[in-house]
Amino acid sequence: MSGDERPDGGTEGTTDAPSDGVRTDGSRFAPADRVASVAPSGIREFFEVAESRDDVISLGVGEPDFTAPWPARSAAVDSLERGRTSYTANRGTEELRRAIAGRVTRYGQSYDPDEEILVTTGASEAVDLAFRAFVNPGDTVALPTPTYVSYEPGVRFAGGEPLPVRTRHEDDWALTTDALSEAGVDEADVLVLCYPNNPTGATMDADEMDAVAAFCREHDLLVIADEIYAALTYDGDHESVATRPGMRERTVVINGFSKAYAMTGLRLGYAMGPPEAVAAMTKVHQYTMLSAPTTAQHAALAALDRCDEDVERMRREYDRRRRYVVARLSELGLAVAEPGGAFYAFPRVADVAPDGDARAFATELLEAEGVAAVPGTAFGEGGRGHIRISYATGMDDLKEAMARLERFLS
Amino acid sequence: MDEATRTLIDALVADARESTADLARQTGLDEAAVAEALAELEESGALRGYTAIVDWDELDEEHISAVVEVNVELDRETDYDDVARRIAESPAVDSLRLMSGDYDFAVHVSGSSMGDVSRFVSEEVAPLPAVTKTVTHYVMETYKERGMRFTDGDDDDRLSVTP
Repeated sequence: MSGDERPDGGTEGTTDAPSDGVRTDGSRFAPADRVASVAPSGIREFFEVAESRDDVISLGVGEPDFTAPWPARSAAVDSLERGRTSYTANRGTEELRRAIAGRVTRYGQSYDPDEEILVTTGASEAVDLAFRAFVNPGDTVALPTPTYVSYEPGVRFAGGEPLPVRTRHEDDWALTTDALSEAGVDEADVLVLCYPNNPTGATMDADEMDAVAAFCREHDLLVIADEIYAALTYDGDHESVATRPGMRERTVVINGFSKAYAMTGLRLGYAMGPPEAVAAMTKVHQYTMLSAPTTAQHAALAALDRCDEDVERMRREYDRRRRYVVARLSELGLAVAEPGGAFYAFPRVADVAPDGDARAFATELLEAEGVAAVPGTAFGEGGRGHIRISYATGMDDLKEAMARLERFLS
Repeated sequence: MDEATRTLIDALVADARESTADLARQTGLDEAAVAEALAELEESGALRGYTAIVDWDELDEEHISAVVEVNVELDRETDYDDVARRIAESPAVDSLRLMSGDYDFAVHVSGSSMGDVSRFVSEEVAPLPAVTKTVTHYVMETYKERGMRFTDGDDDDRLSVTP
């Protein structure tokens, strides 16, 4: 934008002529406005304190404590030994797209592997692609809160306006049409759904999802459904908004391998939608990522082919931990909605926290007892008064953490 | 098997020392129901016992273990169960299984010396009329036992706080 007027009225700076484009420390690298508009991560300071001590039990980890199943790892190694080190097709290998298409039928989803599936570098890339492909500057993107931390920055990076929609503990953190109306989502352009939810563990039942789908149809919303935790549900089947009547044609479904297969570091996800949706996302993807990592695509294919039992074993173990954590939290007098999916519990600590402040509670818990949990506000205003407890941690550590929490509360 | 019973077994397999209270929390049953379910599983023979997994190399104690392959020839009066019953008598036998393949029984034995194990094979197994052949493999190193790894290096290398 050489010489152009900047949106904030400044002009491009040079090193010897400081202006709005130059930071006060003299660096040329003043972030672009849409980057500067994003607040720093709400968990960074916790991360630093937690990492600096060696007696910390972390309930703050947003990834599985399991290792990727051996067939997936061995397929990755095998692909390297065979010298599979080149790019794949932009959309991902045909075998993998076919395997994905076969897999998602268990959620009632049906997508053509040739035109309706895009393999991405983690579900994170798919989320970013969806924002960049479908959000125009000034578009309103409705984000239920509390929710995963990446959506709001993603919307801002794309030039959109985030619109928070409150979900409530009293509703077990399900999204309601009342909340959508209250927030003015009827005027919005896009709605992001993340169920099972991070950080609350909430799932949507069939009726709740029907109601949200009807709202989206009525108000002509485009929906981005992040279903990364779909394989980790405990009390019922995963409900996808895209399977509701009239929703497939307005929904991009995002899923991936990180959570279900404990493959976070392999960075592999996918997006599914009507051909025109996937084409638009593929356009951004091909110029930025070119293709998802080849090694990880081979691992993912093996994961789909041969790791169902591993996933079930992990899911059952999460379920046991879930019951244990919810039971313990309730015994300690902390109100917690029964999480139906993912690996998080989201208890209310407002009643026991200094000034009702969950952030202060989390800081003191970390300092006094060496237990790290993420304050709810890291996931948006809707998380106020709560903390996120991840049970992607071994049972022994969970027991010790709960014992420390009990001591802290007494 | 109902979901709660299955979860109960998962929990015990992971840690047989779980308290009744913790088993109740993990299964969603109350403590009385856990006690009842355990009693039923024990009664029916589904839960045969609760035992420790010991890494003998960490103890100042001689401990030798071996896998003995046993081939047998059956006759009208003798079947596999008869032979198994005799072999299982010995306290040296940790596990005894009938196998498919080149031999019939896999016998995991342990003792405080190689002599103990050899004596078991030569005095208690080989003389049995049905036994035609034994091959004894001494264990050199144990890396994993009943799901429990004996090696170190299981550190959690995840970042301690992530979104």
